[in-house]
Amino acid sequence: MAEHPYELITHFNLWVFLIPFIPLLGSLFTLIFGKKYLQEKAHQIPVLAIFISFLISLKVLFEVLSGKIFDFDLYTWISASNLKVGLGFLVDPLSIVMTTMVLSLSFLIHVYSIGYMYGDPGYYRFFSYISLFTFSMLMLVLSNNVVQLYLGWEAVGLCSYLLIGFWYEKKSAANAAKKAFIVNRVGDFGFALGVFALFYFTGTLYYHDLFSKLPLLSEKYIDFLGLEVHVPFLIAFLLFCGAMGKSAQVPLHTWLPDAMEGPTPVSALIHAATMVTAGVFMVARLHGLFELSSYAMAMVAFVGAFTCFMAATIAPTRFDIKRIIAYSTMSQLGYMFMACGVGAFAAGIFHLFTHAYFKALLFLGAGSVIHAVHTNDIRQMGGLRKYMPYTFVTFMIGALALAGFPGLSGFFSKDEILAMAYFSQYPWGKLVWVTGLLVAFLTAFYTFRLVFRVFFGEYKGRKDFHPHESPRTMVIPLCLISIGAVFAGWLGVPHSLGGNPVFLNFLESVLGHPKTLPMEHQTEYLLMGLSVMAAFLGILLAWIVYLKRPSLQFWLSQNLPSVYRFLYAKWYFDEVYDLLFVRSTLWTAKWMVTKISDGILIEGIINGTAKLISLAGSGLRTVHSGIVNHYNTFILVGLILYFILYFCLR
Amino acid sequence: MEFLQNNLLSVILWLPLLGALPIFLLGKRFEYTAKCIALFTMLIDFGLSVLLLFSFDFQNPGFQFVEKRLWIDSLNSYYFLGVDGISILFIPLTTLTTLLCITISWDSIKEKVREFYLALLFTNIAIVGTLCALDLLLFYVFWEAMLIPMYLIIGIWGGPRRIYSTLKFFLYTFFGSVFMLIAIIYLFLKFGTFDYTKLLGVPLGGLTEKLLFLGFALAFAIKIPMWPVHTWLPDAHTEAPTAGSVILAGILIKLGAYGFLRFGLPMFPHAAQEFAPLLLLLSVIAIIYGGLACLAQDDLKRLIAYSSVSHMGFVTLGIFAFNPIAMKGAILQMINHGIVTGALFMCVGIVYDRTHSRAISYYGGLASVMPVYATFFMIFTLASIGLPGTNGFIGEFLILLGTFFTNKLLVVFAALGLIIGAGYMLWLYQRVFFERVNPNIEGLAPLRVNEFLSLLPMLVLVFLIGLYPKLFLDYMTTSIEHLLNNLRF
Repeated sequence: MAEHPYELITHFNLWVFLIPFIPLLGSLFTLIFGKKYLQEKAHQIPVLAIFISFLISLKVLFEVLSGKIFDFDLYTWISASNLKVGLGFLVDPLSIVMTTMVLSLSFLIHVYSIGYMYGDPGYYRFFSYISLFTFSMLMLVLSNNVVQLYLGWEAVGLCSYLLIGFWYEKKSAANAAKKAFIVNRVGDFGFALGVFALFYFTGTLYYHDLFSKLPLLSEKYIDFLGLEVHVPFLIAFLLFCGAMGKSAQVPLHTWLPDAMEGPTPVSALIHAATMVTAGVFMVARLHGLFELSSYAMAMVAFVGAFTCFMAATIAPTRFDIKRIIAYSTMSQLGYMFMACGVGAFAAGIFHLFTHAYFKALLFLGAGSVIHAVHTNDIRQMGGLRKYMPYTFVTFMIGALALAGFPGLSGFFSKDEILAMAYFSQYPWGKLVWVTGLLVAFLTAFYTFRLVFRVFFGEYKGRKDFHPHESPRTMVIPLCLISIGAVFAGWLGVPHSLGGNPVFLNFLESVLGHPKTLPMEHQTEYLLMGLSVMAAFLGILLAWIVYLKRPSLQFWLSQNLPSVYRFLYAKWYFDEVYDLLFVRSTLWTAKWMVTKISDGILIEGIINGTAKLISLAGSGLRTVHSGIVNHYNTFILVGLILYFILYFCLR
Repeated sequence: MEFLQNNLLSVILWLPLLGALPIFLLGKRFEYTAKCIALFTMLIDFGLSVLLLFSFDFQNPGFQFVEKRLWIDSLNSYYFLGVDGISILFIPLTTLTTLLCITISWDSIKEKVREFYLALLFTNIAIVGTLCALDLLLFYVFWEAMLIPMYLIIGIWGGPRRIYSTLKFFLYTFFGSVFMLIAIIYLFLKFGTFDYTKLLGVPLGGLTEKLLFLGFALAFAIKIPMWPVHTWLPDAHTEAPTAGSVILAGILIKLGAYGFLRFGLPMFPHAAQEFAPLLLLLSVIAIIYGGLACLAQDDLKRLIAYSSVSHMGFVTLGIFAFNPIAMKGAILQMINHGIVTGALFMCVGIVYDRTHSRAISYYGGLASVMPVYATFFMIFTLASIGLPGTNGFIGEFLILLGTFFTNKLLVVFAALGLIIGAGYMLWLYQRVFFERVNPNIEGLAPLRVNEFLSLLPMLVLVFLIGLYPKLFLDYMTTSIEHLLNNLRF
């Protein structure tokens, strides 16, 4: 990063240190004293802690804006031989943007949860976990080395596990929590190997050393089972396995929809805005590595594009309000990876940033709806705009932003990605662009399917109670986040629209400019027009199908039942995995390992030996004949054997 | 004071005997006094072993706190004690484990109380002796002596199938030791000494060295236990009383790995290198095989026992990678495994005392009934699956990272163990603690003070090692360098 006019500060900075550790203290305090002493006041300390932390992060943000970068170790965490890894912090434009985003949302979601979780027996536990999550996420983004990244990476996974399984009495919640952890472990298996390989080839795990040593790898190949493998590709692939797990990309995506078993604020914070974007963050953080191998870039782009499309085809078949939004999250994460895959890392992070706000808004809105009607099933909703005006308006803002309505945050970030893909020098840029455009249409369609079924038409839920607006602690955060959902995109208005993309410029100072063909304003306008059209078509179609001609809803299931079934079954990933990995492993464990190998083979040999010895014992008894001649013979044989052995061993 | 300084190891070693004497002499009515004496003795012993840690000289790669007196003149055998960076950490681990075994058994052992605590104290003596002995004959005596109190602990205070299990345990390990004894006798006959430090430099080679190595290796492999000589372990762990399982898993099985580090590698360097590929392969098999076996268990203790097979696979992998990072990881992982598995066995013992069932299907929803206990169990579970921030991570990370320099393909397979490990531990946790409360366990008593206090030190160590491993890793640095330098020629 030497070419940038930043001032590097390598000594300890208290403010930076306090950002993650204040939430940690809040979490531990609440966990230890919550049950006995705090009870319904358990939210106070965590909320205060996050707020203070947020203010500090703003202070640090201004320091970074004024041209400072912090990179220091708190202490040496692990050292052995030539390995040295610290717990430390790297605060640069990328990490400070993530930090303020995480803290602002975490604060608002903490406040929202005061109302949403009110009266839950695990109230204190909830606030403790969610603060612990905030700490872990901050350790992840602020880390200055790969091992601490891994620490944060697994710690956010743990918090996700604890919060998905928050209502652990429910079997489905406990299953979902376990599934999330294990699927992520599969990704982390690759990630860990990637870290080993990184250390093996570069001898360091600190970012600042890595950035300078990575170019040395560009021409390195190793022999793997007879194949010549390009080292940067190998490392990038292994690390990307972790990203696929954490950011729910195919083929490690199956845990995210199930994760909706957790409380809704958790879905908003962890499974939409922050944790699931860690994969994108990691790819952007190590962009120098990915850019060394065009195969790695292609892999990122294709995985992103495929997930983006697949999730968008599944979302319209769901009836659970949270799962629809979850598939949408998966799809939007796909956009971010597509951006990374065409080298537009800043655009990817920009979308990550805007998406965090509008998607958190949608989830919290959904939470407000669920709070009101006590069901997740959109077939039992309808007409709610009359009962819950604030929720309706804010949800609408989120939906429009997600659909890419001009002027809202999602529009600018999505168009930035599409433009970068279209003009990209990578050969797969056009394909990414087409996918992005198609998915823009699908996104608008399923988002407004949701809006129309939930807020328009007639109320179809239980007649014994009336839906009502949520309490103020929930509505105020909704309003505040919707401000973000509207304006977050304005930090990146492109030049062609007469804006100044300050956000992108800020990030490109560390993430680099994407390699693009010359961009003409006319083409840019055309691209924008196309994507706006796609969005409007999607909304229009949803309007026709779900409000104008409701009978059309069943068109797909009636005319193309096999396609519908395929989509409804989520492309059969769960079934195949269950058969291929879960059942077969359990079968091997039970029969091959425990029953046959341990039970019959090894125990058979051991017990057989024991029997043989006791048989030999009873046989040898006859040797004690008491006849001296016999004994002499034994002595002779023994001596001969001794000499043979002696000469062999000498 | 001067006496203590010069004889610190002997004092730590024999202090429990001093405590055992009054327990032995007291009548049957003084069971409570006997418990108190045992507790007090081990508290002092643990305190002294911490003092040992603080008096250690980090720069010295050789043996420290050395004591050498003639023991058996005719055999030229010495009472020769000493510790270096490889063994020192195990001494406080042993005394702490024994101490916690006393506190965890406080209320649960109701029959033959005095005898039980005597057995625990004698086990402690034998184990510390094994760790300090630098005379092969002395080592062998302690090594075998360890079996006797263990045999009694399982056989007297164990579960329903205790006789079968304890016999199996005894015969299995004894079988291995015999070959080690033959190797020791051969060495004595050839070189006329049992002195470890003198035997280090002796010229061996060829078939002799290989056979001698195998003699030692068989004893150690059974103790660890490596695949495929591991089948004594699930039975012994399962039937042993809580304290028995804790000592077995916590320290006893580490002695096999310690044996490789102390004797197997430095005394027979060529043979060790020759057999290393085989032992690495067996380690990886143990990691995966042990993990898979865990998935098929419905017995809490059996599951944790099989997980030991898997975790010890990581340890032997780290040892035979002959890499300084991996070896550090291996030694640390031995400590970690002692802490975490010991704690997990204590946890199982705590509910077993209340329900008298070890079947996983007997439980369910325990987190609602015993929340504090559930928190402890969760943290040990996380340490067991190597979550960063806990001690398990540091050990596994160093082992795999170091082994990556020796053999990449093996690391890929070994790392699969991380996925399987998460699988069986979280599944176990779900079945025992989550979902609806099983009627069997409604209204179980919360953690008692002695149980809480037994688990707390383990919890502190989990995070202390996980967050500041330097405190422990620094002890090993020079000794490991020294050991590996002697292996390269």
